[in-house]
Amino acid sequence: MTKTINLTLKVWRQRNAEDKGGFETYQSNNVSTDMSFLEMLDVVNEQLTLDGKEPIQFDNDCREGICGMCGCVVNGRAHGPQKATTLCQLHMRKFDDGDTIVIEPWRVKAFKLIRDLAVDRSAYDKIIQAGGFVSVNTGQASDASAMPIKQENAELAMDAAACIGCGACAAACPNASAMLFVSAKVSQLALLPQGKPEAAIRAIKMVRTMDLCGFGNCTNERECENACPKEIKITNIARLNREYIKASIGSSVM
Amino acid sequence: MQLEGKVPGGPLETKWDRHRFELKLVNAANKRKFNIIVVGTGLAGSSAAASLAELGYEVSVFCIQDSPRRAHSIAAQGGMNAAKNYTNDGDSIFRLFYDTIKGGDFRAREGNVYRLAQISNNIIDQCVAQGVPFARDYGGLLANRSFGGAQVSRTFYARGQTGQQLLLGAYSALSRQIGIGKVKMYTRREMMDLVLVDGHARGIVVRNLLNGEFETHAADAVVLATGGYGNVFFLSTNATSCNVGAAFRAYRKGALFANPCFTQIHPTCIPVHGDFQSKLTLMSESLRNDGRVWVPRKQGDTRAPNDIPESDRLYYLEEKYPAFGNLVPRDVASRNAKEQCDKGLGVGTGRAVYLDFADAIKRDGKATVEKKYGNLFEMYERIVAEDPYQVPMMIYPASHYTMGGLWVDYNLMSNVPGLFVLGEANFSDHGANRLGASALMQGLGDGYFVIPYTIGGYLSQWYGKPKVKTDNPAFKESLDQVVQRKEKIMALKGKRTVENIHREMGLILWDNCGMARNEAGLTKAKEQIHALRDEFWQNCTVPGSDKDFNLAVEKAGRLADFLEFAEVMVMDALNRNESCGCHLREESQTEEGEALRKDDEYCYVAAWEYAGYGKDPVLNKEPLVFENVKLTQRSYK
Repeated sequence: MTKTINLTLKVWRQRNAEDKGGFETYQSNNVSTDMSFLEMLDVVNEQLTLDGKEPIQFDNDCREGICGMCGCVVNGRAHGPQKATTLCQLHMRKFDDGDTIVIEPWRVKAFKLIRDLAVDRSAYDKIIQAGGFVSVNTGQASDASAMPIKQENAELAMDAAACIGCGACAAACPNASAMLFVSAKVSQLALLPQGKPEAAIRAIKMVRTMDLCGFGNCTNERECENACPKEIKITNIARLNREYIKASIGSSVM
Repeated sequence: MQLEGKVPGGPLETKWDRHRFELKLVNAANKRKFNIIVVGTGLAGSSAAASLAELGYEVSVFCIQDSPRRAHSIAAQGGMNAAKNYTNDGDSIFRLFYDTIKGGDFRAREGNVYRLAQISNNIIDQCVAQGVPFARDYGGLLANRSFGGAQVSRTFYARGQTGQQLLLGAYSALSRQIGIGKVKMYTRREMMDLVLVDGHARGIVVRNLLNGEFETHAADAVVLATGGYGNVFFLSTNATSCNVGAAFRAYRKGALFANPCFTQIHPTCIPVHGDFQSKLTLMSESLRNDGRVWVPRKQGDTRAPNDIPESDRLYYLEEKYPAFGNLVPRDVASRNAKEQCDKGLGVGTGRAVYLDFADAIKRDGKATVEKKYGNLFEMYERIVAEDPYQVPMMIYPASHYTMGGLWVDYNLMSNVPGLFVLGEANFSDHGANRLGASALMQGLGDGYFVIPYTIGGYLSQWYGKPKVKTDNPAFKESLDQVVQRKEKIMALKGKRTVENIHREMGLILWDNCGMARNEAGLTKAKEQIHALRDEFWQNCTVPGSDKDFNLAVEKAGRLADFLEFAEVMVMDALNRNESCGCHLREESQTEEGEALRKDDEYCYVAAWEYAGYGKDPVLNKEPLVFENVKLTQRSYK
């Protein structure tokens, strides 16, 4: 049932990376429980604007859980309390009247803060640029059905490919590691015959770039899996480790 | 203005082949001497940028999001058509061509559409080679499904995330080129203006959204792949940053805007449920394969849906269209939902109809329904907090795609030489209505397999000529205008927010220039938009500084463009006194109240030319000639 609730928000405000930043408190009253979390923030921003104050900056785009642009830490959890749900798909019915909600940006060394809740996730792009692809030029493809792929592998590849690159895995990890993100792409391509020729060099280049970007290492905390809105499994990390070891030992690529 | 579509002559099947032969080539060693700007990184932009860089061109790419992977192509669910005929059910290139032309209600060019059907097969091959995990059957071969009322199974899909997987494929190809330095990627940049030198597109002015600084970039050609303008309605299934800005800024520089009133309203979206709502969510229309659409027969029936007996339910699609029933095309389904709600039979907030799965569950069992639609039911429940297995869904149409866009010729070049427009941003292939699973095909087709050929034909004339650089006075002039406009926007310190005004504009258009229009409503809408534009410049407020990361500044600039664009859209709708494709013009109906197209009067592309701020745009017509198909009226009775 639709009802309205009153909330206290503690929101991280920081003008830029050099600024110290801190929490500001806002009252958000008469919030319809049918609102999404971002719509609730929209309403707060409308009021701030009309009051002559600066609205809270937060990244968002598709608002249907697929573009990966949104994401904050809500009450200590990346994307908030609902499992397998991006922040834009989290609805206010998951909160109770009188709740205090603490909203912070992703806190990851490799994601430099831009402003308030927006961070720079270009490190993820750099990792993909290092090897998250199949080296095929336009026009080089053979017929799509020329290469049958076991259905099970296609499904597993799709599970991994569902990653939206939002950054929640790194934000949830105590080491701020990007292993789940890297492993999802390495797995997807290693599971498919098209990706096999470059499997070794891909694993090595992507992991090296991840390290260079300043992400931490994986110590099997499993927080990433828990936070992932697309339920990417840590078995992908195991697969990445296998690919990485195979690559380091068994090939000339170092 | 004389509009030349430049569709090559000769038989339909060999037009593209011959054209490719006749186009001048840029030899491999010379390609690196040409710079190309690509704006937008959806399917069209990413695939174009990657393919051009692979050929050897120097490419600069710009997007408004933090990463090229975020573009809204990513949200496409259903799938992508290709005429592979893997299912042996009678598909062919000609059938895909015919379905697309007919689906578009005969308002697209034959030559362009046939080419699209031809290259559809190459697109699938390319995507598979990139590692796009398409659905496969037990034998490991690609699976196909029938989609959007098509009578053959030609749609390739990756669960309900086909757009995501295709975009990530194109993004990976683009990333590879960025990694090896052939593409220079600029994220969080918004295109503010197109720069013309001697009448040719030679660069752009962008705003760096991180610090508000303006930058100028020069090139030998500019490719716009900046998507559609569905957010003109405020509420749409588009992402929040989708806007008409880049296309409209090109329009102000002389590029023609074609068929802006052709917008697609998708029938199966989750209804509006409050004033705070920021977007609408689409659910795949495959739901209509098993769901039955109905409203109560009596106005003001407040009983819970399950308490309303069969005799008091109006299954209006099944009654009105016995042959197609709930599977009538998108426009017919959308229009009829609106009609029932206008009659006061809507449910929920009054702007919704039921989509009921009770019979399907009784017939096939819950498990079967869950297997087919589980993810959609889950999505519905997440947003609406009702269980569609127990209670009928509520649905209502929403703005989803725009067929209109910048006018382009067969080479995908606009009337401004050197300005190419791809994907949803152009008008070229879908006529007055786009078939399901064809948007992805067109975006990738334009980017992978058309622009790499046609751009060479344009560039080859510039060998050895002096390069345009950003110190050319045209850049300074453009920059000055952009800065002036920004200052005007930053000076807005009124009482209404950008969102508030945008919402009002959206409602004006939704009520008067949406699924159904008439002259009186459109004329009134034009006045209302005028008034709202004045309201914007007098009473809007823009918070904060333009030197910080401040999304409010962008939103205000985009709204200013939308407010001007809305008028072009309304003018186009006023001019087109026929019912066609997605829209019903109320003055043009059959005796039974169905859409009536007028081929003798309106079989043309309406391409609008900017005439200055506050002045009515000028209409240019490109007649559409059909040599291979016979124009028929659609009937779903």
